[in-house]
Amino acid sequence: MMAYLKLDHIDKSFARGGQVSEVLKDIRLTIDKGEFVSIIGHSGCGKSTLLNLIAGLTKVSAGAVLLEDKEVDSPGPERAVVFQNHSLLPWLTVYENIKLAVSKVFGRTKSKAERHDWIMRNLDLVQMAHARDKRPAEISGGMKQRVGIARALAMEPKILLLDEPFGALDALTRAHLQDAVMDIHSRLGSTTIMITHDVDEAVLLSDRIVMMTNGPAATIGEVLAVPLDRPRRRIELASDRTFLRCREAVLKFLYERHRFVEAAE
Amino acid sequence: MSIQAIKDSKVKAFPAPAKPAEIVAFTARTRRRFDPASIASKLASALVPPVVVIAIMLVVWQIACSSPNASLPPPGQVWNEAYDLIAHPFFDNGPQDIGLAWRVLISLQRVAIGFGLAAVVGVALGALVGQSVWAMRGLDPVFQILRTVPPLAWLPLSLAAFRDSSPSAIFVIFITSIWPVIINTAVGVRNIPEDYRNVARILRLNQFEFFVKIMVPAAAPYIFTGLRIGIGLSWLAIVAAEMLTGGVGIGFFIWDAWNSSRLPDIIVALAYIGVTGFCLDRLVAAVGAFVTRGTTAK
Repeated sequence: MMAYLKLDHIDKSFARGGQVSEVLKDIRLTIDKGEFVSIIGHSGCGKSTLLNLIAGLTKVSAGAVLLEDKEVDSPGPERAVVFQNHSLLPWLTVYENIKLAVSKVFGRTKSKAERHDWIMRNLDLVQMAHARDKRPAEISGGMKQRVGIARALAMEPKILLLDEPFGALDALTRAHLQDAVMDIHSRLGSTTIMITHDVDEAVLLSDRIVMMTNGPAATIGEVLAVPLDRPRRRIELASDRTFLRCREAVLKFLYERHRFVEAAE
Repeated sequence: MSIQAIKDSKVKAFPAPAKPAEIVAFTARTRRRFDPASIASKLASALVPPVVVIAIMLVVWQIACSSPNASLPPPGQVWNEAYDLIAHPFFDNGPQDIGLAWRVLISLQRVAIGFGLAAVVGVALGALVGQSVWAMRGLDPVFQILRTVPPLAWLPLSLAAFRDSSPSAIFVIFITSIWPVIINTAVGVRNIPEDYRNVARILRLNQFEFFVKIMVPAAAPYIFTGLRIGIGLSWLAIVAAEMLTGGVGIGFFIWDAWNSSRLPDIIVALAYIGVTGFCLDRLVAAVGAFVTRGTTAK
């Protein structure tokens, strides 16, 4: 089968003041349609850079990102990003933030009433319809992130890119949002790539976990398949053998084989 | 963090002992909009101090200028001699004999045109300078030099160019008030968070959509700071420009009063100018606060 998303021998280096620093080296990965893939690694290993490359926000130095066999070199709504700090526009209400995306993406193909229904459906999906007229400053961090997810989903993306989406949230809110993301993924079957540094989160949500080595010139160290049935429930999984085995494998990779070296920074 | 499987029988969660529910009385939020007592006390605390200060100033002024050989008129004399100007701001007795409110309005009309142009052109140029590194490198030094030129230094040149006093005065206002608008807009645009730009790029907003939907609202607090400085400068400039170009504005009125030695009239006109400038500043600040609501809060 043809790969849905293919990262084909990607290198990325940044040039600053005559010095070239190699961030990513020879990244090869294929992702199938509907798959949920997490990318995990220590901070500074270039996982956010990798996500930006897939989003098209930064350009690859060598190699290519191929989505359905077409090269990606600029950002677009078919690769929607949920940013770590939500990036909602503070002068727009929740509804208007999503409307901005929907009007741009579906301005020609959907009628005004259809667009309204579509906005409300996405708000319902993240259970935020009640706050449609609030501004981002008036809602909590978890709610902002929900709206950020709704905005990304409203673009009807081929790939949903999550950049440490729960990193800034407290543990309980994070668990709620993880459940929400699992629920949405099972309902929509959206192909999803998530950056994270949380081992449990990666195992709980993913079909596969991509583990990155430390930079400079980071690359994919290992890819771990998580053979857990869906729907997954965090309480049951807490004592599940497969879950614990996967968790251990990731921990071993991160803390034994590719320990974070402070001096390398 | 994960919920670890706890198989150890020693670890056991005990249900919290049931406590009788406490009744917490909510103090109902006062819904009444009009509370005469509190409004009166707020007004008093805002009004009494400036009134006292002004009263003291008037008394000092009266005493200082009471001697027969004083060069400036005391407030009592101002009140008596310029009573017409104070009490009837809207009289109209022919082309050069009109109330001060009319004169202020005529000056304001010039300010409105000059400042309005400066706001539009200033925001556009500021957006360009903030957005493009090359535009900044090329234009910023020019702006930095031109903005230090005093308003009236432009007047002879603009009189030569326009050959008429009214457009010259408007041009002076324009050229005086445009610099803070440009510079503040540019800073605001440069400070637009990278995330907003990324959102725009993912949505593939075109230049125009980006300008209207992201750039202007994101930079609005800075833009209004610039506009507020700009309106203050243009009010300064119009009075000075009118003193030189003539016409019926408030500036020329002062010059005219000076030439016919009507000092009390000048003092009344100064009060008009001050109050008008204050109102203009507050007006722009209020519009800014309304337009940028929500933007500054994160």
